Amino acid sequence: MTINNGETLIKVEGLKKNFGKLHALNGVSEEIRKGEVVVVVGPSGSGKSTFLRSLNLLEEPSEGKIYFEGVDITDKKVDINRHRQKMGMVFQHFNLFPHKTILQNITLAPIKLLGMSKEEADKKGMELLERVGLAEKANAYPSQLSGGQKQRIAIVRSLAMEPDVMLFDEPTSALDPEMVGEVLELMKQLAKDGMTMVVVTHEMGFAREVGSRVIFMADGEIKEQGSPKEFFEHPKDPRLQEFLSKIL
Amino acid sequence: MSFGERFAFNFIDSKRWTYIADGLKVTLQITFLALLIGIVLGFVLAIIRSTYLKTGKLKILNLIAQVYITVIRGTPVVVQLLIIYFVIFGTVNVSKVLAAVMAFGMNSAAYVAEIVRSGIMSIDDGQFEAGRSLGFNYFQTMIYIVLPQAFKNILPALGNEFIVLLKETSVAGYIAIQDLTKGGDIIRSRTYDAMFPLLTVAVIYLVMVMIFSKLVNMLERRLRNSDH
Ligand SMILES: Nc1ncnc2c1ncn2[C@@H]1O[C@H](COP(=O)(O)OP(=O)(O)OP(=O)(O)O)[C@@H](O)[C@H]1O
Ligand SMILES: [Mg+2]
Repeated sequence: MTINNGETLIKVEGLKKNFGKLHALNGVSEEIRKGEVVVVVGPSGSGKSTFLRSLNLLEEPSEGKIYFEGVDITDKKVDINRHRQKMGMVFQHFNLFPHKTILQNITLAPIKLLGMSKEEADKKGMELLERVGLAEKANAYPSQLSGGQKQRIAIVRSLAMEPDVMLFDEPTSALDPEMVGEVLELMKQLAKDGMTMVVVTHEMGFAREVGSRVIFMADGEIKEQGSPKEFFEHPKDPRLQEFLSKIL
Repeated sequence: MSFGERFAFNFIDSKRWTYIADGLKVTLQITFLALLIGIVLGFVLAIIRSTYLKTGKLKILNLIAQVYITVIRGTPVVVQLLIIYFVIFGTVNVSKVLAAVMAFGMNSAAYVAEIVRSGIMSIDDGQFEAGRSLGFNYFQTMIYIVLPQAFKNILPALGNEFIVLLKETSVAGYIAIQDLTKGGDIIRSRTYDAMFPLLTVAVIYLVMVMIFSKLVNMLERRLRNSDH
């Protein structure tokens, strides 16, 4: 897959989000370009999740606009469900469907939303499972999997819709330490294959190694951003310096 | 009279057993049709209520649903039955059984609605979010993801509601329907033997309830085996 640098995939303009009196986002403007791996870091409560969840409108912005592939998806007339099919999302707590097998978890959306036949969806689902080495779990239920396996399945479930961008909200934070690696490895693989990714994480190793850009958020704003090298080696914002000194 | 003679007198003579058999048919008919209404209307009410609670949408419909549920649950089912038959259908000539089906169905719906609503609300928000993030709309998420999980959790309560409904239809005699209870009571009034017909009626209800509980248990176990 060729990486088409420069082409904007998501554009955020003056994004604000209030929860009652609380200002979770105070005007965020940002662009995500095709093939980029944008890593978002920052202290707890700084608005990272809110920012990420606004990108596919799981949180409805209080103000501002979000363009996805050139379409203003904050426009009420837009069918957001169609656009969400192209934006995969991976959650901290996996959120697999416990009443469905692993394969059914993966094929549900392609069958119901893309009109794929069951045979075709199963075949594609199995291919994806092979790719992550979990083919033998196809007929298991989520409760029979380890945390790391669950999260890899959650990623596969999103991939089955062939999204143009993947959004990750602390995908490894709920995992036992020994399982973090397998999930990060899969994400690294995705990045290598050219997937556009926005990743909220505390894994600074991942940010350094895989990130094309790192964003620091605090108080509902983007305080600083840059390439991993300049971000980690020459932080300018005092809040970022303090944050890094604590976390590294 | 010996036991055998009393039995023959109450049930065989003048083919009195047909009161029981015909009554049982009517009871089952009313129960199943009312159950159907109760489930359909109950799920609709529950989806309205939980949509409002989760998203703040459907405000007016939620208000109507809430009033409906409060009124139904706050008044006796016999009174509701009488009102539906004599007031609402008072001027139109509608079959008594239909009136009873409506009354018991609408009554049951209010209880089913609260059961289903609590089932929906007990499903983690993450399930909704996962569904929505894949591109399912709100109702698809309900149908494919939330309701199947909620249904499994509330099956015992729904089964219980069905049992209550089956037994509650015994007041259908208030609008002169000859259901199982009324059938037994008619025999009593003909034979002046209260014990035989009424105990028979009680045993039939009990057996039906036990069979149904067993069925629900089996279904529950099968659903539980399908995940862990
Ligand atoms: N649904 C909500 N209702 C009310 N307040 C919320 C809601 N979601 C988030 N907030 C608040 O908005 C602020 C930003 O939250 P957010 O979850 O985006 O932070 P975060 O950077 O992801 O933090 P963490 O690292 O702890 O996940 C916090 O003060 C949080 O309490
Ligand atoms: Mg968060």
